[in-house]
Amino acid sequence: MASLVGSRVERKEDGRFLQGKGRYTADINIANQTYAIFVRSPHARAKIKSVDTSKALKSSGVVGVLTGKEIAEDKIGGLIAGWAIRSEDGSEMKVPANPPLAKDVANFVGEPIAVVFAETLDEAKEGAEKVKVDYKVLKAVVDPADAMKSEAIHDGVDKNLCYDWLLGDRKAVDEAFAKADKIIKVDLINNRLVPNAMEPRACVVDYNTASEEITLYTTSQNPHLSRLVMSAFGGVAPENKLRVVAPDVGGGFGSKINVYNEEIVCSWASKKIERPIKWVAERTESFLTDTHGRDHVTHAELAVTKEGKFLGFKNETIANLGAYARVFGTVTPTYLFGPCATGVYVIPAAYSNVKAVYTNTAPVDAYRGAGRPEATYTIERLVEKAAMELGIDKTEIRMRNFPTEFPFKQTLVHTVDSGDYVAGLEKAKQMADYAGFEARRKKSEANGKLRGIGVSSYFEACGIAPSAAVMSLGCGVGLWESAEVRFNPTGQISVFTGAHSHGQSHQTTFAQIAADELGVPMENIDVVHGDTDKGTFGMGTYGSRSLTVGGIAIVNACKKIVAKGKRVAAKMLEVNEDEIEFKDGEFVALKSNKKKTIGEIAFACYLPGQRDEMKSPIPEGDEPGLIESSFFDPANFSFPAGSHICEVEIDPETGNVKVEKYTAVDDFGRIVNPMIVEGQVHGGIAQGIGQALHENTQYDETGQLMTASYMDYTMPRADNFPEFNLGFTCTHATSNPLGVKGCGEAGAIASPPTVMNAVIDALGGQEISMPATAEKVWKACKTLKKSNAKAA
Amino acid sequence: MTKVTLEVNGKKVSKDVADHTLLSVFLRDNLNLTGTHVGCDTSQCGACVVHVNGKSIKSCSTLAADIDGSKVTTIEGLAKDGKLHPMQEAFKKTHGLQCGFCTPGMVMSAVDLLQTKKNPSEQEIREWLEGNICRCTGYQNIVAAVKDASTKM
Repeated sequence: MASLVGSRVERKEDGRFLQGKGRYTADINIANQTYAIFVRSPHARAKIKSVDTSKALKSSGVVGVLTGKEIAEDKIGGLIAGWAIRSEDGSEMKVPANPPLAKDVANFVGEPIAVVFAETLDEAKEGAEKVKVDYKVLKAVVDPADAMKSEAIHDGVDKNLCYDWLLGDRKAVDEAFAKADKIIKVDLINNRLVPNAMEPRACVVDYNTASEEITLYTTSQNPHLSRLVMSAFGGVAPENKLRVVAPDVGGGFGSKINVYNEEIVCSWASKKIERPIKWVAERTESFLTDTHGRDHVTHAELAVTKEGKFLGFKNETIANLGAYARVFGTVTPTYLFGPCATGVYVIPAAYSNVKAVYTNTAPVDAYRGAGRPEATYTIERLVEKAAMELGIDKTEIRMRNFPTEFPFKQTLVHTVDSGDYVAGLEKAKQMADYAGFEARRKKSEANGKLRGIGVSSYFEACGIAPSAAVMSLGCGVGLWESAEVRFNPTGQISVFTGAHSHGQSHQTTFAQIAADELGVPMENIDVVHGDTDKGTFGMGTYGSRSLTVGGIAIVNACKKIVAKGKRVAAKMLEVNEDEIEFKDGEFVALKSNKKKTIGEIAFACYLPGQRDEMKSPIPEGDEPGLIESSFFDPANFSFPAGSHICEVEIDPETGNVKVEKYTAVDDFGRIVNPMIVEGQVHGGIAQGIGQALHENTQYDETGQLMTASYMDYTMPRADNFPEFNLGFTCTHATSNPLGVKGCGEAGAIASPPTVMNAVIDALGGQEISMPATAEKVWKACKTLKKSNAKAA
Repeated sequence: MTKVTLEVNGKKVSKDVADHTLLSVFLRDNLNLTGTHVGCDTSQCGACVVHVNGKSIKSCSTLAADIDGSKVTTIEGLAKDGKLHPMQEAFKKTHGLQCGFCTPGMVMSAVDLLQTKKNPSEQEIREWLEGNICRCTGYQNIVAAVKDASTKM
């Protein structure tokens, strides 16, 4: 039987999505439901003096109004930070309380203060208009670079500083810098982004007064984790009385990891008002309250020899956490950032110092890549600048500093199990026709255009797991993943996974894996996810972990099925277990060539007996049924890597940057479905190009979000991109039996520096910040023209 | 309240709705045709695109009452007799969708493009889809799907 792993299998999920049969949270309606509208702070920082709900309560159709006072009285817990980070001085991070409805103080525009439930959406909106909140407006802290000098916004958090974290050895770095021929320096801003999953957040809650069970349908990347958090920290209901369903979810990109205020409030309130509740965010609410991404201010330095060897690296970063620390908010700028900031290079000494600050802006958390795009941007800008200043070819300087032996003990934390960085860059150069660039540059020049080429080599640590490793670094939970493989008596198979697909295609790829392991057609396999009532526990999908952790749990559960099948087959065929071979879905007795299909074994496991004879196919010590589960906790992260090359052409008259060519060569280890992996890379690159050229989240000095709709926030469109040219190299991961590495974030990690290096190359080395909008680039073109004129 | 009568996916429907009812709301809430999605409220994202009298429009910025008497086709009405439309087939074949949320509007918009122009160039496809935002695919396989469908429609 040909292996399905490695094949371009069309997706099982597409039939329903293409016919409008997807079932997203906003598509769900429950009889007798009420509609929720949240009253949100219009101020970035304000004391809440009073909340008057009397007029709203009398408004037509209003069923109830609840505020921070009631939720505090009911002792419903707030939102949490998932990772505890320690400062360099050994002190624990400072985390303010984050109640689901603000009672005393509002800390960002959009923070919910009260909620109105009504019979119709229009009535809920009208009721919400009648809630009167008396604010005392305070001066907002908005700019992360100024946060430490500003008034503290949270009690007990001096200088607005959550932590001042260090990874690495300052003394060793000083010694390395003392030996350098040259110090390359950059000052960077990693622009703040809004993840912008196309499906706005939503929740529908149903409280069953008989069973006292709450069912929460929600737009989550990790329903089991949401249930745990809402139960253990929120105290909304015991876990066994709380069912969380994340049905079809329209993209996440990190923004749907967190349990949000609205889910906690509606779940709690549904029990209180004894009515189902529906809440669907409008796009502007999503802009205001979804967790944002990036937002770093960085100064970094690279110590180099004149031959271009890297000696030392230092990185001083201020990371904006926004108003509150959320699930991955504190780890994103530390352990997901610092270790990767030395990139794919042998650098003997390094440190990363990160000061995470609170500001009166929306909370910042994981966004596709989470920390690793910021890290890669830092090192790859430095490397490109070093090449330029030393007069060494930009690919050559990278080659000179790549490790060539694996496992590679990277400077700060990771031991990278496998890779071939030289092969990746060589392949990218060839695919991009790197050698032919100068001719293309001249051609552009002849047309009055500026052409630039940029390179970026990256590695990243993903497949976020090893529980013991992540918990030692402060993670509040273990990051294993679970699977259950359930053979039905008639041969169909349900595979339950704790991972969650919101675009990642698990129904297809996980079925491919299980089909290969069990030797059955993938049509017989259904992958079930997203419902805490179906399947065991699970940690969910983020950090490119679904396949490398969740997929392996499926493999292991399948192996247990086969192992049990062998024992049963041996008994049925009356041979020893070691005389049975399993191949292509059949258990074969090697000597006699008698066989049982896996379907026959499953049937026998459920109907373990026969007419006229007391005889069971189940061996002693085994039980009837054919269901196996696995909890997989890998020994290491997975480390995809690669090199991307971009060419841009700038029109100096308009400042418009056109991405002319984009080549990506990635090593994701063994690939389960090339079609799906390519799709992941395309999407990641597009988001990264969005960051480099188009997207920016802009607050004004009072903390008002200026880019709170698609009229103001530039989402990349189809005509912003060329056709991306993808290639792959392959070194198998050694930390999992499939040899797979994560692929979901790589595109967004590698592409911002690739594009910016190309833009800066076209601009003759002039530094320019992301996004390189036409206005900024046009100004830079003017400066370039002046300096060229002077030189002439 | 206004009485709105439409032919939706070949079936005549008549409902009394509030005057300000948007076509997207009419389809989703009154007819339970939830394949038409709302992603932005400002007519930018295009997840809500449907056909009215054969032309693509954004249903989130159209009043149901304004198109009274029209023929509407939504994503649910594109496949015929259990057979996917060539555009739907092409999206499946080229992996032109991931999370599926923008997909209904993207498909409806692309079908209208090929009705308007038989063999569009890559640039023409990209420019036509300017009013449809996708966050997952980077558009590459959507463009490939439209190209593929253009050879079959």
